[in-house]
Amino acid sequence: MTTPTLAVLVPLLPFLGAAAGLLVGRRAGGFARPLAILPTLAALALALTVAVHQGGGKVIDAATRLTPTGSVPIDLALHIDGFAALVAVLVTVVATCVQVYSTAYLRDDPRYASYAALVSLFTSAMLLVVYSGDLMVLLVGWEVMGICSYFLVGHYWETPEARAASLKAFLVTKLGDVPFLFGLFALAADAGTFRITGILDTVATGGLQHPTVIALLLIAGVAGKSAQFPLHTWLPDAMAGPTPVSALIHAATMVAAGVYFVARLLPVFAASAAAMTVLAVLAAVTMVGSALAALAQDDIKRVLAYSTIGQLGYMTGALAVGDRGAAVFHLLSHGAFKALLFLGAGVIIHAAGTNSLSAMSRMGGLPKRIPDAYWTMTIALLALAAMPPFAGFFSKEAVLVAAEHTALGDSVTAPAGAGWIVLLSGLLTALLTAAYATRLWLLAFRGHGPAAPDHGRQPIAMSAVLWVLAVPSLALGLAVGQLAGWFDVHALTPTVTTAVLGTGVAAVGGIMTYAAWRALRYRADGSVPLGAVAAHPDADPATSEEAAIATLPRALNSVRAGETPSAAYGDLAPAPDPGDPGRLLLGPLHRHAATGFHLDALYATLFVRPVRAAAELVRFLDREVVETYVRGARTLPRWLGTAVRRAQTGNVQTYLGALLAGSVVLAIAAVLVAAAGA
Amino acid sequence: MHLAYPAVLAALLFCVGLYGVLARRNAILVLMSVELMLNAVNLNLVAFDVWLRDTLHSGQALTLFTIAIAAAEIGIGLAIVLMVYRNRGTSDIDKLRDTAETAGEDHDPDDATEAPDGPAQKAEAAA
Repeated sequence: MTTPTLAVLVPLLPFLGAAAGLLVGRRAGGFARPLAILPTLAALALALTVAVHQGGGKVIDAATRLTPTGSVPIDLALHIDGFAALVAVLVTVVATCVQVYSTAYLRDDPRYASYAALVSLFTSAMLLVVYSGDLMVLLVGWEVMGICSYFLVGHYWETPEARAASLKAFLVTKLGDVPFLFGLFALAADAGTFRITGILDTVATGGLQHPTVIALLLIAGVAGKSAQFPLHTWLPDAMAGPTPVSALIHAATMVAAGVYFVARLLPVFAASAAAMTVLAVLAAVTMVGSALAALAQDDIKRVLAYSTIGQLGYMTGALAVGDRGAAVFHLLSHGAFKALLFLGAGVIIHAAGTNSLSAMSRMGGLPKRIPDAYWTMTIALLALAAMPPFAGFFSKEAVLVAAEHTALGDSVTAPAGAGWIVLLSGLLTALLTAAYATRLWLLAFRGHGPAAPDHGRQPIAMSAVLWVLAVPSLALGLAVGQLAGWFDVHALTPTVTTAVLGTGVAAVGGIMTYAAWRALRYRADGSVPLGAVAAHPDADPATSEEAAIATLPRALNSVRAGETPSAAYGDLAPAPDPGDPGRLLLGPLHRHAATGFHLDALYATLFVRPVRAAAELVRFLDREVVETYVRGARTLPRWLGTAVRRAQTGNVQTYLGALLAGSVVLAIAAVLVAAAGA
Repeated sequence: MHLAYPAVLAALLFCVGLYGVLARRNAILVLMSVELMLNAVNLNLVAFDVWLRDTLHSGQALTLFTIAIAAAEIGIGLAIVLMVYRNRGTSDIDKLRDTAETAGEDHDPDDATEAPDGPAQKAEAAA
């Protein structure tokens, strides 16, 4: 088979798997697992083959006309360069890991079949986005991902949190997608084609009429999908979904799509210096803000969610300085270690029976219970904190190097101001990232108190996946020399200046957090130990997670009542935990950071309340105004009916009399008319 | 014979019948009045048939047709009156008012409840 044929099969196989899973999964439960894993695994093999064939060399382009539209045609096109080949490998690797992990994680879930099918569909949509050479076809995958995320985040739809989170994720990303669609149309109108190659040619010859407008419209969609400020608020709430879904969304699919899209069309964005500056500012605000917020979260998954936002900020920053090689490199390494972090967090949540870090910090011996998760999480956290020689170090250095080059004026694609913004915020975020990674590790694995409940060994499907993902988290950075050949850019190797600076600030952040933790650890012992234990220790992990989510409103109420501190899934800051080093480090900022700097409250005031008020107004108009007209309209028929009813006496002779009178009148009228006409 | 005589006679008969239908209270007399009206029509038919010298004598044929219908009608009509009399003890038309709309039902059609004795009356009338 030719390489394009193989490439077509890559998104097609998971799609067929999803269709088959949705059709037969409910009736034939035994088929659900093979139908989930095998197509994804086959897609992984094919994606690897495609990557080997492509080899970072010549771009593979293949197209067939999908439909003539009268103006700009839509093609089924493949456009596989080094970026597409590598990102597709990442997507399929993470998707396979998630599917395997889910078989154990949701082993008793009654809705497993539809869940696995939706994960397959999600994967297929992302692969479509990755391989597509036509923006309209890309948009199809883009939107299918939106609806899949809605279903998957709302997997536990019995809980109101999950319902609200899935709606929020859907609405916020759609809010970005509307300008995105307009941006695509404007781009196609200028370029005369939806094909990426055609658009890049147009940009190269300077044929783009309104680059700034188009770039800004597209950035809105990218911000929604990739959870950049100010449309990032859906991501932390999306933690109400099952943990494997979070891993999938955060590592490989949904959020990566936005960054990948910009990387593909970077020349379009680079044509407008204003757009690049906006992108840089967005990236800077996103990464610093989210890193501060991550330091203040109590829920382990929310910490990871904010860290995803921050790492996406790095990628956007790399794009803003015009280096898509660094952005996609960070996308790859982040995909590996963030998937590992989330899947490991799923194991921790199961073992500890709680999402709350402060509860875990009062639980001893967690590393002994889950040694696989302990070691792999340690690797992933080191990668997240960008410690050499882990993968995160090399990719983050690539971003910082690109920013430094731009700042010093060596770059032609991006303004120097953008470089400075990204470089400074990137260094600050490196410090904060190391701080919250250290905090997460210390609170989760170095807790004191009664031993964690023993649930036996974790299923092999879960532990094995963790080690599989640990390999790229460890070693992807060592492949940096080869990777540069896949991308169309200069070498991605770190320079001494940024390496010393970046690692230095990261080390400072880690040490500061450790010092704060040491200073506070004995204070924590005196407080009331948390009563957070697994609700269903023998059930599958997803059940205990669902129980943890469902019990949170109750926990929240106990917090308000001034009882034991506990976890909070909503937007409320968790109860004061005196042993939390983040509280000491952030000081008065902690209160604001814990709520995500009140952005949710701000949006509630700005958008939710006016919409609610408008709905109330419409309700009033319908009930009171429209209904009044309807009531008024019925009075006339009612009067007529009453009058007719009066005439109906039941006396046949009256009727006949009326009939006679009527006939006589008609006859006389006829005679008169005839006489008048004559 | 001039046409005016049978015509005037027919008109008089019809008027008498009409008066009987509209004004008599006894159901049997009303039926008899209907017969009077029918026969007035018959008289007209025969008279005009002769006057027009119709070769097919369609007037006479229609008269025979009407007589047959009148016989059937009076048979059924008398049977109904007999049954009503047996059930009600009266054949006074003024008292047979079961189809009258009762006043005071002037509210929403969807929450209208039938008068409590309504169905009972109807059932009685049907029996």
